Amino acid sequence: MSRAALLVLADGRFPAGGHAHSGGAEAAVRAGRITGGASLEEFCRGRLHTAGLVAASLAAAAVLGVRVGELDAAADARTPSPALRAVARKLGRQLMRAARATWPSDELDAVAREFPKGAHQPLVLGLAARAAGLGALDAAHCAAYESVSGPASAVVRLLSLDPFEATGVLARLAPEVDRVADRAVEAARGVVAEGVGVLPAASAPLLEIGAEGHAGWGVRLFAS
Amino acid sequence: MTTSGVRAFARMVARADGRGGTALPILEGEGPLAPRRTRGSGGEARVMLVGAMGGPLGGDVFAVRAAVESGARLRVGSAAATIALPGQSKGAARYDVRLDVADGAELHWLPEQLISAQGSDLYVTTRVGLGAGARLVLREEQVLGRAGEQPGRLSSRLTVCVEGRTLLDQELACGPGAPGGWDGPAVLGGHRAVGQLVVVRPEFAWEPVAARVVGEGAAIMPLAGPAVLVSAVAADALRLRRVLDEALADLG
Repeated sequence: MSRAALLVLADGRFPAGGHAHSGGAEAAVRAGRITGGASLEEFCRGRLHTAGLVAASLAAAAVLGVRVGELDAAADARTPSPALRAVARKLGRQLMRAARATWPSDELDAVAREFPKGAHQPLVLGLAARAAGLGALDAAHCAAYESVSGPASAVVRLLSLDPFEATGVLARLAPEVDRVADRAVEAARGVVAEGVGVLPAASAPLLEIGAEGHAGWGVRLFAS
Repeated sequence: MTTSGVRAFARMVARADGRGGTALPILEGEGPLAPRRTRGSGGEARVMLVGAMGGPLGGDVFAVRAAVESGARLRVGSAAATIALPGQSKGAARYDVRLDVADGAELHWLPEQLISAQGSDLYVTTRVGLGAGARLVLREEQVLGRAGEQPGRLSSRLTVCVEGRTLLDQELACGPGAPGGWDGPAVLGGHRAVGQLVVVRPEFAWEPVAARVVGEGAAIMPLAGPAVLVSAVAADALRLRRVLDEALADLG
């Protein structure tokens, strides 16, 4: 594998549309739950261990070759908010387009045909990692890191937070991101043996409830 | 010396009696789990789960099974809140609930709150399997700590399958030792009561429910199938019940 391929995939400038999403941070800022660096860190930590862990496990399982249809249904069951399911599919479609252009592969083409409206983004991330010659742990790292980097950069814009402070949050969370990625790979290996029922299902009620409220706003800075 | 906890099992089977009513050919429990038949209405049988000893305490293993057979209708409640307490034995307590609702059957599973007392450690799983045309109203409410105390450790997983397809799989972990951020702005944000209401109705397949926010901390969310989840957080048990009741009334 190429270590640099991981940097390409994980780069915030990879043209997959993620920059337009705050990962629930916009709703949390409006509700007064994120007011600065400390509450951003707690937000990111909570998101990492819930949605981040689930996404990382799905991504790792996709790299290990678990059937995409099963993973997509498992992602639906772990995403009760219809607004978040729609976002996950939209981001999946955008990532699929970028990945097919970047790392052309028959497998990506086949999944794009099977899911014309987009598969859940973490699975596409896993398939993109596979097409780039990366492994399950790489994909899990990407997904886990994305679960915190999106909100951190969004809050810089939403609150005019000092970018150094936001980056400090990400650096402090790095050891936990590693642990979540490890756990995700372990769970994904379990899926190969025991089926998608053993995928983590950690939930974050305020992310789900907040997403439904946010989807109804007339004016907003971020799409989710 | 290790003390082992209590093991308790309760089970019930609801069966259509052929005269428009519902019989309970099996209704049994032991120790802390005592199911009692109460007066039903219409074709529905009613059962009250009476907690005879309190708990679960650390190390206890409780299991409840309910099967509602084709055409039967069952409503289950509990006489009081369940309080998870610390026990003499080390290790977590477990409480496993398995519900099967056959084709054309109906289950209302509406227990009182689960309260996670300081120092307790409980892992709850609720798995519901429904057949074609089955109907369900299921409520789960978790209260983190009794008045003014810190919560114990509580993990709760809820899985709902309709015709073998998993429509909902959600786990919530909170309290000391839970993964970081559980009380932060992404997960519970300082709320001390959290609840889920799952409603499965075959007609949702052709009359989909619109997603909407209810009150301050709740949303009605149609799942990817004939089911709806109401997810809610609130400051306390009373406010949580109020918002879940409001959402259920809203679903008609």
